[in-house]
This record gives sequence, C-alpha cells and structure tokens, in this order.
Amino acid sequence: MLGLNKKDATFLLIVVLLTLFTPIIMQPFAANSGLDQFNGGYPDLMQKVAIFGIFAVGFNILFGLTGYLSFGHAAFLGVGSYAAVWMFKLLTMNVIPAILLAMVVSGLLAVVIGFISLRRSGIYFSILTLAFAQMCYKLAYSVLTPITNGETGLQLALSDPRILDGTNESASLPVTNIFGLAMNSSYKVEALNRVFTFNVGFYFCGIVAILAFYIAIRLFRSPFGMMLRAVKTNQQRMNYMGLNTRPYTLAAFVISGMYAGLAGGLLAAMDPLAGADRMLWTASGEVVIMTILGGAGTLMGPVLGAGVIKYLENIFSKINESVLHSWFHWLPDGLEHAVVWVFARFTGEGWHLTLGLTFMLVVTFLPGGLVEGTRRIKSLMARLRRPKAGRTEPKADDQPSPFKKPL
Amino acid sequence: MGILEVKNINKRFGGLQALGDVNLSVKENSVHAIIGPNGAGKSTLLNCLVGKLMPDTGSVTFDGQSLLGRKPHEINQLGISRVFQTPEIFGDLTVMENVLIPCFAKRDGAFRLNALTSIAQEPDVRAKAEQMLIDVNMIDKRHMQGSSLSRGDKRRLEMAMCLAQDPRLLLLDEPTAGMARADTNNTIDLLKEIHEKRDITMAIIEHDMHVVFSLADRITVLAQGTPLVEDTPDNIKGHPKVKEAYLGETQQV
Amino acid sequence: MDGILLQILNGLDKGSAYALIALGLTLIFGTLGVVNFAHGAIFMIGAFCAVTLSRLLSLSFETVDPTKTDFLGNPATIKTPYVEAWFGPEFGGALIDWAVPLAILFSIPVMIVVGYVMERGLIKHFYKRPHADQILVTFGLAIVLQEVIKYFYGANPISTPAPEVFIGSFDFGMMLGFDPNVIIYPYWRLVYFLFAAVIIGAVFSFLRFTTFGMVVRAGMADRETVGLLGIDIDRRFTIMFGLAAAVAGMAGVMYAPILSPNYHMGMDFLVLSFVVVVVGGMGSLPGAVAAGFLLGILESFASMNEVKSILPGIDQIVIYLVAIIILLTRPRGLMGKRGVMEE
Repeated sequence: MLGLNKKDATFLLIVVLLTLFTPIIMQPFAANSGLDQFNGGYPDLMQKVAIFGIFAVGFNILFGLTGYLSFGHAAFLGVGSYAAVWMFKLLTMNVIPAILLAMVVSGLLAVVIGFISLRRSGIYFSILTLAFAQMCYKLAYSVLTPITNGETGLQLALSDPRILDGTNESASLPVTNIFGLAMNSSYKVEALNRVFTFNVGFYFCGIVAILAFYIAIRLFRSPFGMMLRAVKTNQQRMNYMGLNTRPYTLAAFVISGMYAGLAGGLLAAMDPLAGADRMLWTASGEVVIMTILGGAGTLMGPVLGAGVIKYLENIFSKINESVLHSWFHWLPDGLEHAVVWVFARFTGEGWHLTLGLTFMLVVTFLPGGLVEGTRRIKSLMARLRRPKAGRTEPKADDQPSPFKKPL
Repeated sequence: MGILEVKNINKRFGGLQALGDVNLSVKENSVHAIIGPNGAGKSTLLNCLVGKLMPDTGSVTFDGQSLLGRKPHEINQLGISRVFQTPEIFGDLTVMENVLIPCFAKRDGAFRLNALTSIAQEPDVRAKAEQMLIDVNMIDKRHMQGSSLSRGDKRRLEMAMCLAQDPRLLLLDEPTAGMARADTNNTIDLLKEIHEKRDITMAIIEHDMHVVFSLADRITVLAQGTPLVEDTPDNIKGHPKVKEAYLGETQQV
Repeated sequence: MDGILLQILNGLDKGSAYALIALGLTLIFGTLGVVNFAHGAIFMIGAFCAVTLSRLLSLSFETVDPTKTDFLGNPATIKTPYVEAWFGPEFGGALIDWAVPLAILFSIPVMIVVGYVMERGLIKHFYKRPHADQILVTFGLAIVLQEVIKYFYGANPISTPAPEVFIGSFDFGMMLGFDPNVIIYPYWRLVYFLFAAVIIGAVFSFLRFTTFGMVVRAGMADRETVGLLGIDIDRRFTIMFGLAAAVAGMAGVMYAPILSPNYHMGMDFLVLSFVVVVVGGMGSLPGAVAAGFLLGILESFASMNEVKSILPGIDQIVIYLVAIIILLTRPRGLMGKRGVMEE
C-alpha cells in the first residue's frame, strides 16, 4: 500500500489515527479534576508537537542516517519563518504559498551551507554548521534588519500589499488561512466533562506532518536511505565501491534543511511573526535533544522526542509552587515544604534543569533513546513472561530490513 | 599491451623516494602478483593506482584511459575494484545490504537520488545480490550485521561486494594478512575459483609467498621503490636478485 | 597607526578570554580526547565564584545608630560588613574592594573540585564513546550547570566591580608618544591581559619543564605507548582536567568586572571558543592561544567604523567567517596536527 510494506503501512496508519484523534487523546482528564493541568489538548501545544515533529524527522534524515551532527539546523527553521511571513505580507494570507516558499528558500540556503560544510566531517562539520547558523542569527539582527526587522521581529502590518487578497478594509490584521478557512478557528466540543478543541491549524499541521513522515518512511526504505546509512558506517568503502558520497550527504542535508524550513513556515503560519531567536544555536540544540531523546536513526524516535519534550515543556512550566502545595497538602507540614521545594526545582522555571538532566541520562545510559527503551522493556517483559524459554533475543531492529518476508 | 599499464611513475615523500621509475603491465585475465620486502613501495604503488595518491611523474592507464587525477569512485566506475588489507565492509548494515550497495552502484552510477522507491521493489538488484551471496556461500548469513561477522566471513563478504560490480580488474592488498593458515588456504581457493569462473584480471600485493605462488601467473618483485624483475613464478623462485632482496631483509630481521 | 594600536589593545582582553578558554578546551581534547561542550559553563562558574566571594565578604550585620535618623525619622540602621568589624574598617574595606582578585584564590580549589567531579563522575565514561556522544552529554551538562547557577543567582547579570585602583582608564597612547586622548585604555583590561599572559605562560612552562608535564605531553602524542611504560596516565589526565577547569575558572573570575556575570555567558563564550580551537587547530595548545588573540583582535578591527562602512555587519560575523575560511582552506587549523578528528 502506498509503496510501503505491510508493517510500515500499519505503522503509518497508527500515526494517522493518533494525529486525527490527538485533540481527544491529549485531553484525558476531566476539566475540573486536579489533573487538568496535565491535559495537552490545546491548539498551541498540539501544533507545536506536529511542527517540531517535522523538524526532528527532517533532522533525523541527516543525523540519524548519515551520522553528520549539525548544530545549525535552527537557521533553516528561522529562514523558513521569515520567508513565510514575507509571503503573508506581500502575496496572500493563504498558507500554501508561504510554506512552499519557506521550503524553497531554506532548501537553497541548505545547498550553500551544505556544499561548504560537508567538505569536512566529524566535529569540524558540527562547528561549521554552528558557525553558519550563528552568522545567520547575527546578520538577522544587524545588516539584514530591512528584511528581518531586527530585534522586534518580522510582523504583519495593515499597510502590507497582499496582492492576491485584495484590499483589507477592516482595521484588524488578517489571519492566516487555507483557502478561506482560518487557521485559528476551532470547534469546541464539550463531552464527558471535557472540552475538546478541534483546531484548523492543528489539523493542517497534522496533515503536513503525516505527509512529511510518509516521505521519511519511503526515504528510509529506499536505496538512497541505505546509501546514507552506508555513509555513516564507512565512507572509504563507498568511494572504492564507485559511489560519490558528497552528493549523497548534500542531498540528505538539503532534504533535512527543507524539512526544517517547512517547520519554520508552519510556525509562521500558526502565528505570523518571525524572530531571529529561532535561529539561536540553543534552538539547534533543542532539535538535537529531541532526536536523541526519541532515538536517532529510528523512524518514530524523533516524533516521539518532539512530542515528549514539547508536552513536558508546556506542562512542567505550568507547575508552580502553589500547584505543588495543592498536590502535597496531605503531607505533614515540614515534609510538605521539603517535598515541594525539591519538586519546584525541577518544574516551572526549573524545566530546563529537568530537560538537561534527562538528556544527560539518556545519552549516558540509553543512547538509542526512548525507542530503544521501549524495546528493552518489551524484551524484558517477554523474558519475564516466558522464564523457561530462556533468553529471548531482542528484536533485530526497529527498521525491519526490507528483505525479511513481509508479515 | 596489458589492461593496466603503469609507465615510469615516481613518487617522493619529502626526501624519501618511495617509487622510482616503476613500470608495470598487467595482462588481461592474468593474476599478477607484486611482491617485495617491507617498505618496497607496494602500498604506495597500489594507492597510486586507485586514486588515493598522485604520482609525481609517469602515467597510469587502464584499458587506454588515464587514471591519474581521477577520484577513487571514478576509477572504480571504470571497472577497478579494491580489496583491503583488513576487510572494509559496512559494519552497521546487514550482509545483504552490504552486497546491495555495490549492485546499486553498478546500476545507478556514482550518485542517484532514488529516495522514493523501496528496495523491496527492485527485484533485479536483489536477485543479483542474492546470487553473489550464494556464490561466496554466505546466503544463510544475509540478515546478520556486518560487524558481527568473523574475519574470514568479512573477507568473503568484501569479495562478494567487489564481485557484485563485475569488475574487470580486482586489486587485492595483502588479502591474507594476519590470517590463520586454514583461512589463508580458503581465501586462495576462493580467489582461484573466482578467477576461473569469471575471468577477472587480478593484481595482488602480497607478502606470503605461499599465496603468491599458488595464485600468480606473473610476478613483479619490487625493492626500494623500483621493480627488480618481472617473470613467471617458476623463474622467480630461483632468481638470484630476488634472493638477495629477501635474504638481505631476513638477515636484518 | 594609533587607530590600529587601539584596536589591537581593544581586542586583547576578549582575545585573552578566548585564548584561556580555548587553552582549557584543547588541554582536555588533547589529553583525554574529549570534546567538552561544558567548558563554557566552567568559565561561567568561575565568574560566579567572583560574585560569591564578593557577596560573602560583604555579608553584614546591622546596628542601630541612635544619633542619626533616616528620612522617615526612625533611627538609622548601619550595615557593617563582618570583615570590617573583624579586621578593622581599613583592611576589611580593602578586602571587599579586592574581592575579584581574591576570588582567584577562592576559585582554584572550587574549580579543581568541579573539574575532578566532572571527569570522574561523567566524562570518564565517555572516553571510548563517539565524539558526537561526548558533545551531547557535555551539552546536557552545560544546560544543567547553567540552570543551577540561574536558580541560585537569578537570571539578571550581576555587576561585580574591579578593585577601585583599577577602575577608570589611562592614556596609553601618551605613554607611547601618541597624541593625548587617542588611545584610552581601561586599567582592568590591561590587568586582564597581563593575567592571561601569566596563566598561559604558567601552563606552558608547567607542561614544558616538569616531569608531570612531560608525561602528559607524551600522553597527548601517544597515549597507548605511555600507558605501556607503566605510567598511570589516567590519573594524570584527571589532574589535567582539573587544571583546565581551573584555567577556565580563573579566566571567568577575572572577566567578571568586564562583563557582569550572567548564567548564559558560558554558552556565548563556548561557541566562540570552539571556533577558536578549530581555527587554531584541534589539539594544538599554541594554536589555541594564537587563534584566541588573533580572533579577538580581528573582531575588534571589524568593529571599526571604517571597516563597517565598507562591509556592514562584518563585526558580527567576522569570527565565523574566518573560521569557515580556515576550515576549508586549512582543515587542520593554523597549527593543528594532521589527522586529528578527521574521521
């Protein structure tokens, strides 16, 4: 089906279903229960999960397959955002041209940066990409101010031409839309003591993310994907096998740059402004963290990583001391304060501390990320269930080799 | 006129003359061994052939085309495959994938962006790869990871990868270095079989005389960067110059 | 001519900081083979050592002075730092004034402990892992250290002044025979440069003239062989890590008056220092120092108005531009050895 084997098709179907029902799945707790703050079913968060999922999936095409660790991918995200906002200003508020331009522009930038950076490998490549991204960031703040609007960031204005949209008579800024359907419009359904928000923007992002994910699956299973994995393992052998590794790595770099640009365009489509801080190297670090946390080189890993991080970021940031006190009020006074103090270090403002620690733990003990973790748990469970069958081999790999007979 | 012609190549590393006026002619369908004591310049010569090093002077032609200045992958695409001293394979990939890569390289050239076709939809290439694995007797291990193979199996796999390209010339850099006697003999048999079945020209750089004399039909002896003699194995065996070159070395050791 | 001299001088203090951080990074990379993204955080912790000591020294008790009243008419409270009460106002006041230089003494043991704990507790387990893993785990560590500091000291920069004698500037140009008021140079920047020169000199002589340093240099060249000689190279490398941390920490301490310490200053300096290391040549100590000063000075030249009018924005990107050009034309960097990290 769709050029996928049965297992991948099932996998894709699950992803599609999960995406479609995200507004319900992420709203598991009743509105007035104490666990309400764990609900993630609001449009902003759901959009971010989908968008950063795309970003991470694209990053994984480069890092997971070829092993080239780019520390400058945020540049493409930022450039994509700028391109999209310019499209909103000049042409139309329809998001389709905007995200297309975002992909084209970031793709072109990726050709330039990749062409130069890929002449080196290892840490030199990381530093080169980092240097390029920092250059983009600094330039956006200085010389390119006419294009980027400097520190204020690029925003919509009433006076923008918007050639295709015709004149805007109202006094308020127009909203992004897809053929007239506004991105920020939502349909709220109240049921089961919960409010489910079905947001146009989220579904748009979700559909784009599914497409992006589908293309990534195809790429992983293709000869091209195999070549990229070969690049990671042994470039010398590839050269002596008649293969030119440079175009392979460049193609991977450009594709992943375009994924990042797409994500940047979508960010702008959800909220039409673009700032240089999207290109800061810590933003590049974030996508690295997402990919590693989920599991680099696996299909599901980056999406999982992006989802977990964005969800926890939103949820953890909201847990302040008063929330903690309400949780632990049943403890004896002194103990309550101690417990709340400890938890408060890791929540709210301390979210980044949790993130850093988790990341360190994952890199140290679970280099395969969450995907590897679930696999280990599965094989452990299997071993526990059949103690007499002896040691069961852990599953060969997450990406079943295409030669195994389809299930 | 041989398929591979090396004329008057010189290579210097600083003050060291690594190769001096080396001439070599490898005849089509022959097995040509290049032997010589340590430091004779065997590896330098090989590196000049595959595009890793650029000789200072001289010419290297393969089937009438000059190889100088070409990149390793271009030289390979002309039909020259190389086997390394320690087997170079793709450790993270399965055995089958290892063989698929040269098959695709043969069909698609140095680069092709076929990112949306599944490997499963390429039955021709897969059939060829499977045939290669059957030929080297490794079809049972096709799902194993490259890095988990034994050294002997890695060597076999590398051979299969090279053969999958249907090369016209196979360069072997000490294919039995560091191998146990039994493995060495297996490798000799494998190479013999390949040569007989496929009529591939082979150029072998080797230390081990046992290997050389069981395989080669022409031998060039290299010493201190220059060819001493070139002759058939029988004539080489008793040749005084060769004795001198080797005994000189053995005495020092 | 004087303009050029001024820019060179202006580049020296930043260049010194780059050189000191890059020196530590290179020591760690050269000895342990580890790419340490947390090194900037160590620099930052050093700067906060200065903040901490200056706060400790200014700890005060309050006394009520009945003779005076504040503007509300209540009896005024006077804060007296403990050190002034203990050592007399003169010596005590001097102690407070000299908090930043004193913090060097305070920071050395702190940084060595930090470095030791880092190496034994974390980095040790990453010697055999790929460089990408090392980058990632130390990147995580940098985030953690940064957040810890942020918790204790807040997100805002904390101004930490230099001792009073060094506050202000002097007319350096006049001393060299230029016109007055052309080359005005702040005292502290000169102090920083001299300090950096001393530290760099000390590290180099330590490596050059002590047996310990000799073993370490030998280990940098060929770890296995040195290990075979029966020398416990690991323990020495741990000490080197502590030393690198101390160097970065002291660089941070002394930088506090130039740039008010904030929790993310480490990251800002780290990115630049890595560029410096790469430009200098991965694993080359003189290269790191030379590149540090070179890039610091280049940056200051690029910020001249004459240059900016020709190439707008160049001051922002010159370092990265130079790094890219050097990496492409001379991948080993200015003084790097062949084959280091070129996997």
